Amino acid sequence: MRTIDFNPTPKQLAGIKATLFLLCLLPLAILIRNGAYQELGANPIEAVIRNLGDWALYFLLIGLAVTPLRRLTGLHWILRLRRMLGLYAFFYAALHVAAYIGIDQFFDWAAIVDDILQRPFITVGFAAFLLLVPLAATSTNAMIRRLGGANWQRLHRLVYPAAILAVLHYFWMVKLDVREPLFFAALLAMLLGVRLWWRWQSGGFRPRRNPCQGQAFPELKPRLSENSTDHPPGRKP
Amino acid sequence: MLIRRHDPFAPTPSEITDQALFEQRRGLLKAAGMAGLLALPGASALAAKPFGNASKSRFSTDEVPNSFKDISTYNNFYEFGTDKSDPAKYAGKMKTRPWTVSVEGLVRTPKTFAIDDLVSAFALEERIYRLRCVEGWSMVIPWIGFPLAELLKRVEPLGSARFVEFVTLADRQSMPGLAYPALDWPYREGLRLDEALHPLTLMAVGLYGEVLPNQNGAPLRLVVPWKYGFKSAKSIVRIRLTEKQPATAWNTAQPSEYGFYSNVNPNVSHPRWSQASERRLGEFIRRKTLMFNGYGEQVASLYTGMDLRANY
Repeated sequence: MRTIDFNPTPKQLAGIKATLFLLCLLPLAILIRNGAYQELGANPIEAVIRNLGDWALYFLLIGLAVTPLRRLTGLHWILRLRRMLGLYAFFYAALHVAAYIGIDQFFDWAAIVDDILQRPFITVGFAAFLLLVPLAATSTNAMIRRLGGANWQRLHRLVYPAAILAVLHYFWMVKLDVREPLFFAALLAMLLGVRLWWRWQSGGFRPRRNPCQGQAFPELKPRLSENSTDHPPGRKP
Repeated sequence: MLIRRHDPFAPTPSEITDQALFEQRRGLLKAAGMAGLLALPGASALAAKPFGNASKSRFSTDEVPNSFKDISTYNNFYEFGTDKSDPAKYAGKMKTRPWTVSVEGLVRTPKTFAIDDLVSAFALEERIYRLRCVEGWSMVIPWIGFPLAELLKRVEPLGSARFVEFVTLADRQSMPGLAYPALDWPYREGLRLDEALHPLTLMAVGLYGEVLPNQNGAPLRLVVPWKYGFKSAKSIVRIRLTEKQPATAWNTAQPSEYGFYSNVNPNVSHPRWSQASERRLGEFIRRKTLMFNGYGEQVASLYTGMDLRANY
């Protein structure tokens, strides 16, 4: 894969980040504008909730695209945009949940609890949101230092189940026409699949051959399931 | 085109005319004036609504109807696409003239009606009904139509007839949604014969005094106000009386979620969402959903002794 040569100076990166920040606010601005001009159709409350949910999902997928894109293009600096994208995913998800609670159910807590416990699509949607909360809360540099890089990274893998649950939430919400949810499921499968593929390529999932031919080393499993795959099994690093 | 001259001294239906719609007349007048055309013909054509003289019905609710715009832009009509805005975008291509409706099956005198004959054969009424969608929203709609019972009487149902099947248009030329098999086309619905003969069951040909917009099921649709909206089949081409319960589109697609009866029932949840409340379009706070959509007094007796949880 040919790589693209572009590496922004700190000043350029600051400009890119500021532009991206505003760009990510654009969907909300458009939504507010359309609301103000009464252009959200006959059911504006539903339109607001759907739109916010859509954007939460889009940002989750965009955030998950950063690593594969970085690897394919060699643009390593884009990693430095990922936190903002992730936080915007959380931002839109939080607005989505707030709109559901505030303007759809109008703080009818009994109905909301009922929904979360009994309606599978709301259960998984809410679970997806809950998984994003610790990620948003630990997004600062100080938190990364406090947790330590490896722990932080492990915690932030929660974004994978969160994204899967978010797509499932969409899939279970629609009545019959699953084309759009399937499209997002396919996108997500690609984004997660490429990670698995690369990991497999780098030996992460190679069958653990060992001198004892087929005998497992159960005591090694916990460590091997982490991301360090450089150490041949059977030998202490 | 159906233009009925009505008595100029008769009360106009303007008390239910949506203001936005009402104001469009001035816009048209102005446009006509600016174009240097005679303003008068345009004005009179619009002022005389085709069904403006339909009689009022005692079955009408006194609730405030939704605007014509809401009613005609927020539709579930999967033949034109699964988005609520698709029918308003694409239904214009559907040709509603010429159109025939055949009434057949277990009847003494099966008959095929040209739509205009059918419309002029019955006294039209305006019926303002609540419409509750299975998705949890509702509207109030001033339909124009006639009772289905009147039509069925003309063809004389046989004693063996127990159900009525409604088959709707499935025309690939004009219905882009048919390319995707969301449902088993053509869309079919059904009622028990006693439900079909109930005085509330309406065949609608218009709304707000106007000819039914295509996206609302022109030229002829069913309206069963105590059932979820999808039971009210649109753009009907065939009505067949049968002995056996007919297969219906949503029930065939998802039997665990959409029953044959599909009476509005706040106590029986859809498997994926609650039916206890609804959003009346145009309102902020959700309303409690009423049993049989508030028509229990008239229709509850149809289901005496039936387990409505099992027969959802």
